[in-house]
Amino acid sequence: MSEQTTDTPPEQLLRISLRVNGVTRTASAPARRLLSDFLRHDLGLTGTHVGCEHGVCGACTVLVDGQPVRACLMFAVSAQRHEVTTIEGIGNDPENLSPVQQAFTECHALQCGFCTPGFVTTITAYLEDNPDPTPEQAREAISGNLCRCTGYQNIVSAVCRAAEIRRDRSDRTEIDQLVDLGTPDGEGGSRA
Amino acid sequence: MKPGPFVHHAPTTVDEAVAVLGEVGHDGKVLAGGQSLIPVLSMRLATPGHLVDINGVAGLDAVHVTDTAVRIGALVRHAGLEQHDEAATALPLLRQALRNVAHPAIRNRGTTVGSIAHADPAGEMPSVLVLTDGVLEAVGPGGRREIAATDFFLGPLETTLAEDELVEAVRFTRFAPATRTAFLESSRRHGDYALAGVAVAVDVADGVVVGARAGFVSVTPVPSVLDLTPVLGGWDAGAPVPDEVTDAVREFVDPEGDIHATADYRRMLAAELTRRALATATQPTPAADPASTTAHESVA
Repeated sequence: MSEQTTDTPPEQLLRISLRVNGVTRTASAPARRLLSDFLRHDLGLTGTHVGCEHGVCGACTVLVDGQPVRACLMFAVSAQRHEVTTIEGIGNDPENLSPVQQAFTECHALQCGFCTPGFVTTITAYLEDNPDPTPEQAREAISGNLCRCTGYQNIVSAVCRAAEIRRDRSDRTEIDQLVDLGTPDGEGGSRA
Repeated sequence: MKPGPFVHHAPTTVDEAVAVLGEVGHDGKVLAGGQSLIPVLSMRLATPGHLVDINGVAGLDAVHVTDTAVRIGALVRHAGLEQHDEAATALPLLRQALRNVAHPAIRNRGTTVGSIAHADPAGEMPSVLVLTDGVLEAVGPGGRREIAATDFFLGPLETTLAEDELVEAVRFTRFAPATRTAFLESSRRHGDYALAGVAVAVDVADGVVVGARAGFVSVTPVPSVLDLTPVLGGWDAGAPVPDEVTDAVREFVDPEGDIHATADYRRMLAAELTRRALATATQPTPAADPASTTAHESVA
């Protein structure tokens, strides 16, 4: 362990370029800027919430290269070579919610909403890996996120409902593609 | 809370990283996954003036499985090792233990070597390394050296690594093919620090135990191994685990109490988890799933 040093070095300002939600954004910030704070303060993306700041609560969870990570446990400077997806990148349009966001509204899976961005990013990535979870698996999948309103039952329901919505939407996309191909009986529409 | 100011170094080779560590001395700290280090910095429990961020160093992210060991580089993430089928087949205990390391979001970023170098007695992987008689590969200005895991840990967060050395890789020694393992821990929420945890390795020949060892999490100041062969040797692997085992564990562990659990409770947990882990490890394991003996237990 390093101990307290008497000669504190001067603040090192860096030009940090991050690819966030498909767009490259650049800002000047100290090396010690946490990714969560960089997103919120320097880029104005306040959807990512900051809770415990030591990795316990999961409120700040964002996707880095598609995988959930704690934005409070990563420096912005370390995220430079990676693709970051925040809650804004998952869905920012009330008329066009992502499957997980839609499921949260249907199942009343948010109360105060503070923990919601972290849950939505976590669950969005989880359903990519496991598109058809059991309630028990859903419970395990959200075990790294805390909800202080204790809305867990409804959040577990929302994970399962989001999986259904994903399947429905992908079925519908497939039907639309078949219609576009002019083969309503499905012939020639195989995506094998 | 926020980390104090530091100078960020981004070396691209091990030699560069070691050179920076040599220059900044005790004022420097290596940053790999940062899942243990960044909370320590944020709470200002440490305020190093220099961080040597090794994430851009090429060649540190490989897993190599040999006849005798599983060697993992300093940038292999917990999640990467957990998903590595060849490593899980060679040493099932790795996957059994890794499933208990924090939450998936933390395993995606945190590194196994980092958690070992951090030397937190609540960490799972330091105990696994010691139980396998593993080795750390360190590199410093004077060159490379190997450190036996049993010589590495001095106390909580304290190791024999020099301040200008970097742990480049660790090697988990493979067990004999017939050795059976299990990992169990109990925590208040799955993924949180364990109140107590245990890894066991058992050798069975003709239905009889011929060797048994256990390594503990959260109940000893440094990872250390209890040889249970004297009390379990000759035991019929299908029979209930004898009370002598739990007595031996109670005597061996040295837990501290805190707001979550008293020392006595942790001592009881360690003994009970060991009994259950031994029972799990000696059950016949379907060959198709080498990690099927993994478990997380809630002990009421």
